[in-house]
Amino acid sequence: MLAIYKKELRSYFINPIGYVFLGIFLAVSALLCCYTTIVSGTYDASNYFFFLMLTFVILIPLLTMRLFAEERKLRTEQLLLTAPVSITGMVMGKFFAAFTIFGGAMLFSCINFIPLYVTAAIERPNAAYEFYRIGPVTGEIVGCTVCLILIGAAFIAIGTFISSLTENQLASAVITISVIAAMLGISLLNSYIEIYWLRVVLDWISVYGRFANFANGIFDFAAILYYVSISFVFLFLTVRVYEKRRWG
Amino acid sequence: MIKIEHLVKNYGTNCAVDDISLEIGAGEIVGFLGPNGAGKSTTMNILTGYLSSTAGRVSVGGIDVMASPLEAKKQIGYLPEQPPLYLDMTVDEYLKFNYDVKGCTFNREAHIAEICEVVKIGDVRRRVIRNLSKGYRQRVGIAGALVGKPKVLIFDEPTVGLDPKQIIEIRNLIRNLGREHTVILSTHILQEVQAVCDRIVIINKGRIVADEQTGNIARVIENNRRFNVKICGPQAQVLQTLKNTQGITYAEVLAERDSDSYTYTIESAPGVDIRKKLFFTLAERGWAMIGLEALGLSLEDIFITVVNKSDEKDSPSARYSRRASKARAKGAIESQLAESMVNEADKRREAASALGLTDTDDE
Repeated sequence: MLAIYKKELRSYFINPIGYVFLGIFLAVSALLCCYTTIVSGTYDASNYFFFLMLTFVILIPLLTMRLFAEERKLRTEQLLLTAPVSITGMVMGKFFAAFTIFGGAMLFSCINFIPLYVTAAIERPNAAYEFYRIGPVTGEIVGCTVCLILIGAAFIAIGTFISSLTENQLASAVITISVIAAMLGISLLNSYIEIYWLRVVLDWISVYGRFANFANGIFDFAAILYYVSISFVFLFLTVRVYEKRRWG
Repeated sequence: MIKIEHLVKNYGTNCAVDDISLEIGAGEIVGFLGPNGAGKSTTMNILTGYLSSTAGRVSVGGIDVMASPLEAKKQIGYLPEQPPLYLDMTVDEYLKFNYDVKGCTFNREAHIAEICEVVKIGDVRRRVIRNLSKGYRQRVGIAGALVGKPKVLIFDEPTVGLDPKQIIEIRNLIRNLGREHTVILSTHILQEVQAVCDRIVIINKGRIVADEQTGNIARVIENNRRFNVKICGPQAQVLQTLKNTQGITYAEVLAERDSDSYTYTIESAPGVDIRKKLFFTLAERGWAMIGLEALGLSLEDIFITVVNKSDEKDSPSARYSRRASKARAKGAIESQLAESMVNEADKRREAASALGLTDTDDE
């Protein structure tokens, strides 16, 4: 598993895709941070995290589209499947490689908050009201970052699963984009649904609905469990896809 | 070393492998031979754990491939039909990845250097695989299979698409590897099997139709018993004489006529050198023998006959196919040999299934 993890990680940097992902991710996150906080004149970062989550629709498929599709097309999966590595190990190795790139980018993008803290530090001595809190809420930022990393993990697992279904990278990317967009779209639009029970169900399964707690500064363990289970379910399904193909 | 028992593989309703039983000892080089789509690759894929079988048991070095796949896979080095190469890696990186993924525990650098020495890719180790020629890629694939010193090597059509010089090199390489490893090789090139393998297993339509030592077949081929003879004399009488001569099992007139002489094809009984006797017999009657040509018996002919025989057994209509009739027009030797090979394989299969039945009864 470690060998596959290392190989995948390396291949992100042999191919341009890793650089493309990191470049776009960091540029977009910096711009978003700038516009949603400093330009809008607020220290509240929840909007930043919300928009960042929307960029996952495009960015996550970049990481996951080739994971299995390429191996399948080039027939290199035969090497992995005939090597003394379990299918679970193979899937996990690939998942964690994509997750490492994503998580790394996510953590690195935390430098976006430095200007916020700096401005706050400058503004604080000049504040008119002593008891009014000036500056970003560190707890909320940490909570939201953790939450977004887990949402990303769930999306990567979904992308991994879809990549294992096809040998066409483009198809894999397009399907992943649609699925992630649909998942986010449902969460955003379900307040327009008139049917009560449907709304409750959709709200319960929605990715964004659970994120809202974090944005409000609540560290929601149920939500964390939820994101982890989504990742787990889709990785499990990926393993099943390979098991099934062996038996097919 | 390798034991295949009653292996069956169905793809939906399509039966790719139909009850194959086979045992391969340590150090053997076995050639899987068969027409396209005969089930060679499927059998190999099951052996390596890439596919699972519908029924039957496969064990490598005493370890069941289905029950403990990881242990079994450690003993196998596999080169699929299309070498599984990561084109964006250098040869060195690829071999190191192979080493890591196989979880080997000996000195990595020394091991890889040794393999590169064996397959002669030392000079391209730093090059990216994408830029290598087909022959080199094939060798890198073989090198990848060799990583981890597996006891069993499985090569699926290792010489396809190579130039003649490379083919000979790869064959020599495989021969050398056979000294330390058990090798299974699939191919549809007959000379390859003859050149490389100790044992030939012919597979047709998912069944083993023949299983022979190469030596046995080669002996038959070399033990030349068929001749074209050119004799001046009255055709009917000459033919009759030939047929009556002791030691000649088969005689036929070819349509070639050259003034007053005809060409006859004869086959002698096994182990008889008929030439001297023929000379004197003809001389007695005053018929001049003006030509004697030994006819070779090729592995191709045997192969085609064997495959046809097995086809015929499956469906009588195949008897009338063009290929079958063409093959039948050839002499009786292939026919006999093929017949005996097919029958023997049948017997073996029956014996195996009888054993299998008693086995299950015991259980």
